[in-house]
Amino acid sequence: MIFPTTSSPRTPVRVVVTGAGIVTALGIGWKPNAEGFRAGRVAFRPVSQFDVSRQRVKTAAEVDLPAVLPPTRLGARSIARLDRAGAMLVLAALEAWQQAGWESAENLLLVLGTTAGGMLLGESYFRQAVQQPQRHRRQATRAVHYQPQVQARMVLDAIGFSGPITIISNACASGGNAIGHAWDLIRCGQAERVVAGGYDALGEMVFSGFDSLQALSPTVCRPFDARRDGLALGEGAAVVNLETLESARRRGAFILGELTGYGTSIDQHHLTQPHPQGSTTLTVMKQACANAGVTPEDVDYINAHGTGTVLNDSSEALAISEWAGRRAATLPVSSTKAGIGHLLGGAGAVEAVVCLMTLREQWLPPEIEFETPDPACKFPIVNKPQDARVNVAMSNSFGFGGVNATLIFRRWA
Amino acid sequence: MSRIFVAGLGAVSPAGWNVAALRDALDKGEPLPVQAMTRPGWEKPLPARLVPNPPIRPEFLAHPRLRRTSPITHYAAAAALEAVAGLRANPAAKNFRLGVIACLQSGCVQYSCRFYDETLKNPSTASPLVFPETVYAAPTSHVAALLENVVLACSLVGDPASFLQGVSLGAQWLDENRVDACLVIGTEETNWIMADAMWHLDRRAIATAGAGTLCLCRDPKLSSGVELAAITDAHTYSARLDRTQAAQAMRGQLGENSPKELLCDGIGNSPRTDAAERGAWSNWTGPRVSPKQILGEGLMAAAAWQCVAACDAVANERFAAANVSLVGSNQQAMGARFVRTNSGISHLSGGRP
Repeated sequence: MIFPTTSSPRTPVRVVVTGAGIVTALGIGWKPNAEGFRAGRVAFRPVSQFDVSRQRVKTAAEVDLPAVLPPTRLGARSIARLDRAGAMLVLAALEAWQQAGWESAENLLLVLGTTAGGMLLGESYFRQAVQQPQRHRRQATRAVHYQPQVQARMVLDAIGFSGPITIISNACASGGNAIGHAWDLIRCGQAERVVAGGYDALGEMVFSGFDSLQALSPTVCRPFDARRDGLALGEGAAVVNLETLESARRRGAFILGELTGYGTSIDQHHLTQPHPQGSTTLTVMKQACANAGVTPEDVDYINAHGTGTVLNDSSEALAISEWAGRRAATLPVSSTKAGIGHLLGGAGAVEAVVCLMTLREQWLPPEIEFETPDPACKFPIVNKPQDARVNVAMSNSFGFGGVNATLIFRRWA
Repeated sequence: MSRIFVAGLGAVSPAGWNVAALRDALDKGEPLPVQAMTRPGWEKPLPARLVPNPPIRPEFLAHPRLRRTSPITHYAAAAALEAVAGLRANPAAKNFRLGVIACLQSGCVQYSCRFYDETLKNPSTASPLVFPETVYAAPTSHVAALLENVVLACSLVGDPASFLQGVSLGAQWLDENRVDACLVIGTEETNWIMADAMWHLDRRAIATAGAGTLCLCRDPKLSSGVELAAITDAHTYSARLDRTQAAQAMRGQLGENSPKELLCDGIGNSPRTDAAERGAWSNWTGPRVSPKQILGEGLMAAAAWQCVAACDAVANERFAAANVSLVGSNQQAMGARFVRTNSGISHLSGGRP
């Protein structure tokens, strides 16, 4: 029974990350991504997945998927049904699983965040339904496989575990919320281990949507720069394997970092715009810090939501500045969306893995294109590759609809 | 873990814009009339049961956030307001911190189709007003803005059994004292492409739309007389557990037969789709209600109607307990059990106090 459950443990359980998988336009896997983020590499190029000739903006950060997926338990038929989003998700999950060294298991929870799920299949369905209304071939398959829970089941089947699936769709906070929810489940004793992450693929409808809002940058994506003029879109996935510290120690597992805090709330200001003063952002950062037992003085790096839009960055900058107080003057902040674009439902998960990289490898990911700080930024933006002492890293994620999420990770040494 | 009570219910369905209309339709037991939905490119229309226009224009549509929204948000808002009305009238709950969890399977299809259609025709003229309403999180956000004192919100996507994941999440938020009451909403809208997709998957399905809401609370004094007794495990379909086996596993966790108890099942009119659930409950001899047979296939809204109907039957003292069976289309089978507050009826095993 999932209700009623046994009482929560008296002492909160410590949650550690023992596996991480990542797929972005910088590459597939930890190593190429770590090298790219460390160098501040920029991965934008002309969009090749769909026609952008009539769009205002024509670039994005596309993932180069391998022609053949690495071996999994999926059959050829299932693999053929994977769309780009599903393929990226499976790749990230495989890497995380292998790194964690988990065995196949029953009743293992999977919590995923996504904004669009299999929308590429949904787009194909719509085009065929409109353009060839009498043609039914593959429509039933598309109608099933565009649903994110079916993509999630592919992860279970690919790796060979089973258990409940939860899909969170809080727009661009989804990935952060998924990892945070997994943390909650472990902390309150409902699970010992959870697989969590986020994913989204570039699609014509979403690209056109952001272009119609004139939210896409026609120049260069420069989060927190005074001259910023919009965001850039990307695609990708990230998955982390979370477990109790006790479980990890029992297995003698290699620990990538500890997830110590999570905060979430909803900003009711507007469907697509944050509160100008960043009041909810401030709330979730404080919540996460309270959970983690840290103060701004303890935080060594913030991976900001930092989309590059005028409204998001000014709101977030005000919130970070107020939250950090005096610490702001020396607190390094950057947004890795400057290099890989906004991954929507995948963003929070990918950026969580970037935080783990900074903790493991002791560097900060720069925004190479950043030049002139927005006046609201009372903190330094990392704009050159640099090594740094990073013991605590924070990741912010905010979404359309107003749900905000903050995660705090601690170095495991 | 805290005891969780149901403080209020809300529903919008093809039967009308409140729980009473849903109750009346289910009591009559007659399938509602089917309307013809035009499917572009096809001569023959598709069947649907549409939500009628509300008798009077809801006041909430004057809220600035709701003016441009699509029907899915209207349904969710109306069901949420109905479910929370009792709490709002109670001075003891004036400053309650609310949570909102919206569960969807298909989501905002009307604006998604409209926006993508505009994109295909000419992306440079696609409407920026429509695009934000295409995201799954839009109805949750609008309902939160409408209710104002919402501190936590989440949109869950999945097959209809996921509605009980939403109820479980709401119970968790209450147990952790993160909210004082939590609205769990199942909502969907329909259009020709939804009906088209259903036609491809199940020729007998009749597409419908609407919403259902449970308002959960921790304080027994605010209960409508209904307590959440149990939610089964989520029995996820896999290579090792097919839909039939999952339905049986869920059934096995919901206890034995009892003439005092109601079963709200998800059986519709399709022998193939319904076979797993029919088989799992074949030995149920007590009373049962099958809302989909009356209302149609409303996906997550239909799951919510099942829960609303179950709670309503217990709240009105027609039954001491009610079981809900949700055998989802492509993810999982889950069940739940609601009992009359302090009835002495066992939480975990049907009919055995």
